[in-house]
Amino acid sequence: MARSPSPSIFRPKQGVDQSVMEENRKLVQDINRRGLLRGTLSLGALTMLTGCTISDTDTVQSFLRTISAFNDKVQEAIFRPNHLAPTYSVDQVVKPPRFNAYYDVEDVKPVDGASWKLELAGLIQDKRPWTAQQLHQLPEEEWIIRHICVEGWDYIGQWSGVNLGQFLKRIGADTTAKYVSFKCADDYTETLDMATALHPQTILATKYAREPIADPFGFPLRLRTATKLGFKNAKWITAMEVTNTFIPTFWSKQGFNWFAGI
Amino acid sequence: MDDSFTVKSTRRHRLHPGGLRVMHWLNALAMVLLIMSGWKIYNDEVLFGWLHFPEALTLGVWAQHGLQWHFFAMWILMVNGLIYLVYGFATGRFRRKLVPIRPAEVVAEIRKALSFKLAHDDITHYNAVQKLLYIGVILVIVLQVVTGWLLWKPVQLSEVLPLFGGFQAVRLIHFIGMAAIVGFLVVHVALALLVPKTIGAMVTGGPLVDDDAPSALPQPAPAE
Repeated sequence: MARSPSPSIFRPKQGVDQSVMEENRKLVQDINRRGLLRGTLSLGALTMLTGCTISDTDTVQSFLRTISAFNDKVQEAIFRPNHLAPTYSVDQVVKPPRFNAYYDVEDVKPVDGASWKLELAGLIQDKRPWTAQQLHQLPEEEWIIRHICVEGWDYIGQWSGVNLGQFLKRIGADTTAKYVSFKCADDYTETLDMATALHPQTILATKYAREPIADPFGFPLRLRTATKLGFKNAKWITAMEVTNTFIPTFWSKQGFNWFAGI
Repeated sequence: MDDSFTVKSTRRHRLHPGGLRVMHWLNALAMVLLIMSGWKIYNDEVLFGWLHFPEALTLGVWAQHGLQWHFFAMWILMVNGLIYLVYGFATGRFRRKLVPIRPAEVVAEIRKALSFKLAHDDITHYNAVQKLLYIGVILVIVLQVVTGWLLWKPVQLSEVLPLFGGFQAVRLIHFIGMAAIVGFLVVHVALALLVPKTIGAMVTGGPLVDDDAPSALPQPAPAE
């Protein structure tokens, strides 16, 4: 993502006019406690007034997104590639799963499973597309894991499908590459770091509670990983690319943290 | 008391040394940012149906701004807080200022506070209630950092999460911790405004005090 260089928010755009200090030297020297108190209160009031809009300015966004990129690095560093997320029993599974997308459930456009294909691109040896039928013939594994949304809600779900790490090896993907990116039927985009893509609990899911995933939840193919927030689990996947170039994602473009690990 | 006054060379310093003042105001900034952005995050998925924070008091237009601010200010809080804890133990400030707390004094101070007879001529020594509140808020902030990490990394820290009762329980504890800090802030700011010289002292450093002045002995009047 190309970012235009922007000055620090801690530095004024123009140099400070020193004559102001000279003219007000007497006043500055006259500062007493009451003045300080009044000043502190005004500063507080100012925060209140600008609090609602200050976050959206380019300078502030550029700064906060730099911090968010730093937080990506921190999360990559502390990620435990072989540490398994807690799993649960079948009777704890919530049916149906809770819907989440960038639009309402009524606006879901179902994907036709018969004509659907998974396209492959990037650092992959065998880029032949996969039909749903071909995917169903691969070994299937199941995880009963907790879905945690960035908003704070969660539920336990039972997902089964193809282990993504094994699938990447099967198609001859370069697993030393940095990213695995996804495109979806609803124009959603998502990018995983390779460590997460290779995590044992990351699957290309085709079933929920042992039934084909219903339309609102990503039929015929969606991502399900136990180590990311809910929105990272792309639904209605149509294409997958293995790449060393970071492809900005639907939510990261809007300022959400990219790594979003849990 | 029978102690004879012995002259020894003690290092005189400001009541609130410069480094401590910087830490105090950095912490204040981080706290305000964390609370206001935390309210934004909370409003997106409330714990209590009857409680939404007024948007005017939240930080950010959209939820992602609340998250961005929260995950920026947490670094100020953690780095600054860690330096403060090391400083407090290493210099003996915690030992000098925050202990001992005698239950009888706590009761007496609460009585005085309720009858509006709080003494505040000497701002160099904390009374028992102040000590209790300051220790309490430090511990709550430590708890907020721990529960904050658990909310951020419930899977990476999955060995620790059950000790706090699981993900939703940690959300609730993090909320209650926030409420406790806001409660502390209301009292803290109200009392500081009632005795404005305490604010002045936290800005300019306040009176000169001896490093190891025993708190039981009467203090010489600080030179203004």
